[in-house]
Amino acid sequence: MINWQFTLHPDHTINLDTNDRTLARLLEEKEPTSRICMACGSCGGTCTAAQFEPVSFRHILLMVRRGETESVRSELTKCMYCGKCTLVCPRGVNTRHILALLRTMLIN
Amino acid sequence: MGFDLFVIPFTAGLAFLLVWFLYKTVEWLSHLNRVDRTMLRRGVISSKTVRSVKEVILESLLHRKIFRTNPLLGYMHMSLAFGWFLLIVAGNVEAMIFKPATIHPPYYPIFFRFFEPEAAGFPGAKAFEFIMDFLLVFILSGVALALFKRIRSRALGMKKTTRLLWYDRLALYSLWCIFPFRLLAESITSGIYQTGGIVTGSLGNILAGLIPLQSFEYPAWWAYSLALGLFFVALPFSRYMHIPTEVVLIFLRNYGIHTRNSYSSYSEIEVYSCSRCGICIDPCPMSEAAGIQNIQSVYMIRNIRYKTPDEEVNDNCLMCGRCNIACPVGIVTTDLRAIARNERHLSGNLHLTIPATSSPHHDVIYFAGCMGQLTPAVTQSMETILQQAGEDYLFLDKEESICCGRPLALAGRIAEAKQLMEINRDKILSSGARTLVTSCPICYKVFREDYHLPINVMHHTQYLHRLLMQGRIRLRSQNISLAYHDPCELGRGSGIYEEPRQILRLAGNLLPTASEKEKSICCGGSLGNTVLNQKKRHAITEYSLESLTINNPDTIVTSCPLCKKTFAQRSDRPVLDIAEVVKSAIFRDKDNIRIRENYQIPAEEFSS
Ligand code: SF4
Ligand code: SF4
Ligand code: SF4
Ligand code: SF4
Repeated sequence: MINWQFTLHPDHTINLDTNDRTLARLLEEKEPTSRICMACGSCGGTCTAAQFEPVSFRHILLMVRRGETESVRSELTKCMYCGKCTLVCPRGVNTRHILALLRTMLIN
Repeated sequence: MGFDLFVIPFTAGLAFLLVWFLYKTVEWLSHLNRVDRTMLRRGVISSKTVRSVKEVILESLLHRKIFRTNPLLGYMHMSLAFGWFLLIVAGNVEAMIFKPATIHPPYYPIFFRFFEPEAAGFPGAKAFEFIMDFLLVFILSGVALALFKRIRSRALGMKKTTRLLWYDRLALYSLWCIFPFRLLAESITSGIYQTGGIVTGSLGNILAGLIPLQSFEYPAWWAYSLALGLFFVALPFSRYMHIPTEVVLIFLRNYGIHTRNSYSSYSEIEVYSCSRCGICIDPCPMSEAAGIQNIQSVYMIRNIRYKTPDEEVNDNCLMCGRCNIACPVGIVTTDLRAIARNERHLSGNLHLTIPATSSPHHDVIYFAGCMGQLTPAVTQSMETILQQAGEDYLFLDKEESICCGRPLALAGRIAEAKQLMEINRDKILSSGARTLVTSCPICYKVFREDYHLPINVMHHTQYLHRLLMQGRIRLRSQNISLAYHDPCELGRGSGIYEEPRQILRLAGNLLPTASEKEKSICCGGSLGNTVLNQKKRHAITEYSLESLTINNPDTIVTSCPLCKKTFAQRSDRPVLDIAEVVKSAIFRDKDNIRIRENYQIPAEEFSS
């Protein structure tokens, strides 16, 4: 088969009406910049941890905002708080604060 | 020698205070850990004790450091502390001369005028009358300033003054009452017996014409004694506990004891030594530039003391250390804050699999750090310089870079930080290098202090300085004016101030800034704060830039990639790292340029 350099995701329904978005709302309250991410992916592109394993702040935030919190637990424990994502973010998202908040709220 | 019921509040209060403080001191000293106790034992019989006594006089009584911050504020503290001390000493001497050969109860010299209203004729009686009056007025002037400060603190050079708790209020108000009451009581007694010095005597005479002195005398002495007693009882629970505790702190500090990674007896002494003077508020860029008024060290320490931890207060600090320098008591507030952050016990594991690699052999390791990765101009300059100097080096984190661990540690995640440190340590040591050069002051500090590496750890400012000293690179001066920013972790954090300045003086025309060296203002990018948002950070950045550009330099130079990146976002002129400046000023033999005579740093500048 031709290699198109991309794959298709399996079917996946995101139901924002039934998903539990409590965490996302709490997050927005504590760090309003969690709302202004434009999902450009710069953060994931520069991430120190992403050199070793798939970690992306963009993905973490997206999942939390969709209410699919469970899938990001493991990703959160890979962050080194190095701050590269904060510095490259063109929107001024306070990434380290969000990571720290999520980490304390979801794990410890 | 007399006794009267009204001395009881004073005497009981004093007894309570002494017993309490003795108990506290014994508790603190017995809880010192083994290392600290050895230091204490060694220190006691050394010149350090003499030094401590001197410091106690200069700081606890004369408040020299506060004088330096602001003379009027210093005068206020000095008049209260030193004036009161002298008043007690003079009172005791007076009592001793008046009735030698008797042992006086402690209240006797304090209420001397009551018990000996007609004391006269003993040697120096007149002089004592004058001295006691003079000291009282001296103290009262301090009390007046303190009252004034509560109302208008800006006049005393402080924009913000601390908010009070109720025990503090009780202690403060009783303190304010003590000396006016003493003046009143002594004046009344003087008025009745027609004695007293210039102040108490004349005030007594005036009062005699206004009120029936006889019936006011006794209540006035009661009020004086009550104010004293109340102050002594409230003292241990209020901020005034700093008065006796600071003495203990000064001795222990001089013996070399300091706060380490966990809350120790010494940390508690530091906490109790904080007078809540609020001098740490104004230098804090969070307060001055970002308008955040509740996180300063004074509040953080108060939370520790009254066991009311507040995560927001602990986390929302740049850890820039500007308050450490300002604190007249010499409390290392950032260490206390780091411990407060750790107390949350955010233990955990970093679930990141980082393949272990061993490094090939090289003489020097260059470590750019995460922030270095984001400023390729810095790392490229360093590589050019390293090559120019003919160094056999390894760029350790060119690929698969790992964070040094300090950001995690600063966020209170020590266990995870240790995991990263182990990996980096192995990588560094496996190369057999003798020198580790890093571009990032954050990495530098943690490498030097927590990695315990058996090799030479240098920040690139120090390394470039050494290359120049050895003549391995030479600079030609450029016609450009520069202003240097001291990064927090390199300057206040590691004490490196001179090397970058010496280098820059060779490369261009170094202009002074408004806040040099230990007064340097954080760039706002600090990784020590996980909370602060971009908008407030920008406000701090601009505040810092304002101080840097006071002499309108062509270029701002720093030696931290994070400072560079942070400034560059807001600066109206170029911001360079010192490595970039050196690279562009490097003189190569093929360059056919006349170089300045002193292209090399004179040897005597390196003696330090
Ligand atoms: S860089 Fe900023 S805007 Fe872009 S995805 Fe990451 S957080 Fe969102
Ligand atoms: S702070 Fe965490 S998420 Fe952001 S770049 Fe560093 S490791 Fe990645
Ligand atoms: S930390 Fe130092 S400067 Fe700040 S209030 Fe306490 S004693 Fe004063
Ligand atoms: S370390 Fe800096 S930001 Fe933190 S309280 Fe002190 S002066 Fe303010």
